[in-house]
Amino acid sequence: MRIRVKFTKTGPLKFIGHLDVMRYFQKAIRRADIPAALSEGFSPHMIMSFAQPLGVGKTSSGEYFDLDLKEGAIFDREDFLRRLNAEMADGISCVNAVEIPSNKKNKGMSQVAAASYVVSFRKGRVQWNSLKPEEMDVNKQKPSAQVVAFMTQEHIMVLRKTKKSEEETDIRPWIMDFQALTLTPAQLAEHPQNVEADPQAFSMLVSAKSGQNLKPELLIKTFASYAGLEIPESAVLVHRMDLYAESENESGANVH
Amino acid sequence: MQKLALDDEILLSIEKPERYIGREVNSVVKNKADVSIRFAMCFPDVYEIGMSHLGIQILYDMFNRMDDVWCERVYSPWPDLDHIMRDRNIPLFALESQDPIRDFDFLGITIQYEMCYANILQILDLSQIPLHAEDRGEDDPIVIGGGPCTYNPEPIADFFDMFYIGEGETVYPQLFALYRKKKNGEISRREFLRQAAGIEGIYVPQFYQASYNEDGTLASFTRTDPTVPEKITKQIAMDLDSAPYPDKPVVPYIQATQDRVVLEIMRGCIRGCRFCQAGMIYRPQREKSAERMEQQAEKMLRSTGYDEISLSSLSSSDYSQLNELLTFLIEYCDAHGVNISLPSLRIDAFSLDVMNKVQDIKKSSLTFAAEAGSQRMRDVINKGITEDEIMNGALQAFRGGWNKVKFYFMLGLPGEHEEDVLEIAHLCERVAECYYDNIPKEKRNGKISITASSSFFVPKPFTPFQWAPMDRPEVYLDKAHSVKDEVRRQLNQKSIRYTYHDAWVSILEGVFARGDRRISRVIETAYRNGALFDAWTEYFDRERWEKAFASCGLDPYFYTARTRETDELLPWDFIDCGVSRKFLVREWERAKAGVTTPNCRAQCSGCGCRGYGGGICYENKS
Repeated sequence: MRIRVKFTKTGPLKFIGHLDVMRYFQKAIRRADIPAALSEGFSPHMIMSFAQPLGVGKTSSGEYFDLDLKEGAIFDREDFLRRLNAEMADGISCVNAVEIPSNKKNKGMSQVAAASYVVSFRKGRVQWNSLKPEEMDVNKQKPSAQVVAFMTQEHIMVLRKTKKSEEETDIRPWIMDFQALTLTPAQLAEHPQNVEADPQAFSMLVSAKSGQNLKPELLIKTFASYAGLEIPESAVLVHRMDLYAESENESGANVH
Repeated sequence: MQKLALDDEILLSIEKPERYIGREVNSVVKNKADVSIRFAMCFPDVYEIGMSHLGIQILYDMFNRMDDVWCERVYSPWPDLDHIMRDRNIPLFALESQDPIRDFDFLGITIQYEMCYANILQILDLSQIPLHAEDRGEDDPIVIGGGPCTYNPEPIADFFDMFYIGEGETVYPQLFALYRKKKNGEISRREFLRQAAGIEGIYVPQFYQASYNEDGTLASFTRTDPTVPEKITKQIAMDLDSAPYPDKPVVPYIQATQDRVVLEIMRGCIRGCRFCQAGMIYRPQREKSAERMEQQAEKMLRSTGYDEISLSSLSSSDYSQLNELLTFLIEYCDAHGVNISLPSLRIDAFSLDVMNKVQDIKKSSLTFAAEAGSQRMRDVINKGITEDEIMNGALQAFRGGWNKVKFYFMLGLPGEHEEDVLEIAHLCERVAECYYDNIPKEKRNGKISITASSSFFVPKPFTPFQWAPMDRPEVYLDKAHSVKDEVRRQLNQKSIRYTYHDAWVSILEGVFARGDRRISRVIETAYRNGALFDAWTEYFDRERWEKAFASCGLDPYFYTARTRETDELLPWDFIDCGVSRKFLVREWERAKAGVTTPNCRAQCSGCGCRGYGGGICYENKS
C-alpha cells in the first residue's frame, strides 16, 4: 500500500537540506511506529520517494513524499497523521495523507509537472517603481503593470545553466501564471522569525517537469532585467505554495 | 520559539547552516526563569564530530534531569562562520536557547584529543570570555574541562578555572550546590574556586604552581593555598547499571559521524596494553548488565528512530555477557529492521559467526589491531595477540568468505628494531599467502585485499610508556619508508596497500600529551597566528607551530624525544588515576625485558585500582 504525504517546511527548518529531510522522515516514521515496508537484504531501508527537492533556505507549504506500508497494514488517515505529527519538529508538519495506487507511475519525483511559488524580498533591498500605469515606458511603471507587459511577450529567451553547459531557452511556455501581489500584514508575518520582507511580492505557477524546471529565482531575475529593476539575489525569498501533477493522471490522485 | 542567533543571510552564506540552528529531535528546551544554573557543554570541534560523542549525551541528559539546571550544547564554528563572527563581533551562542555563552554559569569543555587545543581558545575567544582564567571576572562563566586529555591538564591549565578528573557522573551535584552560594552572592568567584578545589576530583590550577630546573625538567609542583589538596583523585561511577544513561539522545538533522544509537556496554579494559592510555585511566573494568542494556537499546531506538545500533567499549570481546546481549540484539533488530554495527571484536569463531549474521561479508572487511608486526614487539607492548591467533582468525575468516583485511600498526614503539619494523610487511605477506594456500580457486571471492596502516606512536601519561622517548619525525618516516619498500619486495605485493600517518601532527600530539604549563604560551601564540582545526589535515600548518615554539623559546623535542628517568617529577604526578606509579614502573621494566603481563581477568597484577572497590577486581575468578 502506498501513501502520499503532504507536509510543510517553515521557519528555521528551512535550513535543513533535502537529504536530511529524507533522513528526518525515516526516523520520524520509525518513532511514530508506522508500519513502513522495508527492502530486503542486509541493510533494510524504507521504500520512500520524495517529490522535487526544495533548496536550502526556501520554505514551503506543499511538499510531498510517497511511502510504502507493509503488506496487510491498515491505513487510517486520521491516526496516521496524528501519530506522525506527534513526532514532528517545530517547523515541519504533515497536513495530509492519502492512499494512492502503488504502481510504477506513482513515483513522486517524476510525476511533478508544475509548482507554484510566492516570491518576496528582504525589506528595503529593492527600489520599486511607483509611477502610474499610464506611463508609456514600461521601465517606469508599477510592478503590477510591468508583469502584465512581461507576460504579453511571445518568447522569453534566457541563458539557462544545464548540467553540461549554458543554453538559450525560451521559458515563456513554462510560465503558466505570473502576477504581482501585495502581501497583507498577516502574510508578512508568515516569514521566518528573523526575516523582514517588503509587501511587494509575486506569485507564479511554473513548469517543474524534469528538464523543464523553471526556478523561481530565474524568472524573477529575467523579469527584473526586463523591468529595469535591480534585484540582488540575496534579497529573494522563495516560498513554495504547492506542487502539481498532470491533470490527466490516470490514477486520479494528483500530487495535490 | 527562540530567535536564531545568526542572521538569515549569514546562515544562507555558510556551509551547513544546520550546524548552528539547534532544534534537533530530543534536544531540551527549558524556561530560563525556571532554572538557576545554565550549563553550556562544548565539544571543541565541528558539530558532526561533537554530536557523535557519547560522553556529552550522557552528561546532557543527566544535567537536564535536574530541575534547576539547563544544559545546552555548543561546538566549534567552522572557519567560514568563524570569520564572520569575528568580523561582526557576534558572540558565540548555545544551540538550544541561541543565547550567548558568556551569559552562562558554566562552560564545560570535553577534551578528547590534543589537536583540539587551539579550538578551545577559539571557543573562549568567540564567547568573549578572557582566555586566561586569572583574567576572568565575577560574571564570566566558570570554565571547566574534562575528558582523557585532562589526565595531563598542564599544557592548557592557564585557560581553565577547573578540571574535573574522572567520570562526570559523581561530583557535579556537590559542585552545583557550592555554585549556588556564589550565585546568591554569599561567596566570591575566588572563594567558590577555592572551596571547589576541596571537592574530590576537582583540580583548580590557579592554586598550584610549578618551578623548573635549569635543564628544563620540573623541579617542584606545589600548592599556593594550604586548603587545597595535594593530590587529585580520579572520580568514577562504580555501578554502571544505576548510572544515568540517556533514554532519548539528541538526534541531529545533519548526518553526524556516529549516526546511530550507541550502547555503552562497559568502561575500562582488562587487557593492559602498555601503550594505551584509555586502558589504564579507565580502570577498573566495569560492566553493565545485559538486561539493563536490552532495555536501553529498545528505549533509545524508539525515541530516536535510528535504524542502526552499535556497541561501545574498549574491547567488546571481553564483555562477559556478550553472547547473551548479541543474541537479544540480533533477534530484536531483525524484527525491527535495525542494523547492528559491530565494534572491533577479536577475530575468532564466535565473532565471525556474529558478523556473518549481521553484515554483508562481500562488502565488509575484517580489522586486526595487531599494533606491531613482530611477536617480540607485541610482547613488549603487551598486546595480547599472537601470530597464531592472527593467522587462525584470518584463515577462519577466509573460509567464511571474507577477503578484505585491515591491519593497524604503530611505528616508533619503545625498543623497536629494524627487523620488527620489516615484520609488518612480512605479516601482511603471510596473511596473503594463507589465503591463496588454503582457499581453493573455485571458492575464492576474488583476490585478497590487505590494507595496512601505521600511525606514529605517541607516549601518553599514566601508561608504562610515559617515560619512553618518541622517535624524531625523520626516524619515523625512515621506518615507514622501509616498510613500504619491504612490502614492494613481497610476492603478493600487489594485494597489499600500505599507508602511514603524518609525522608532525603526532609530534605536536606528543608535546601536548606530556607537556607542562609552559606549553600554554605556544598554544596561545599559534592560535593568535591562526591555528584552528589542527585535527583537520587541510587546516594543520606545521610551520605555524614551529614558529610558535621558536618564539616561546621552547624545543618540542625536549618533550617528545627525551628519555625520562623513573624518578623524574612529571607534570601530571599530582593526579591519582588509580594505577600506581609502582605498577607503571614495573610494567616499564617488564616491557624492556619483553615480558608480558596477564589480563585482569586471568590474574590481578596489583595495579592499584582495587581500591575503587568494584569491577573486575572483585569478579569471581575461576
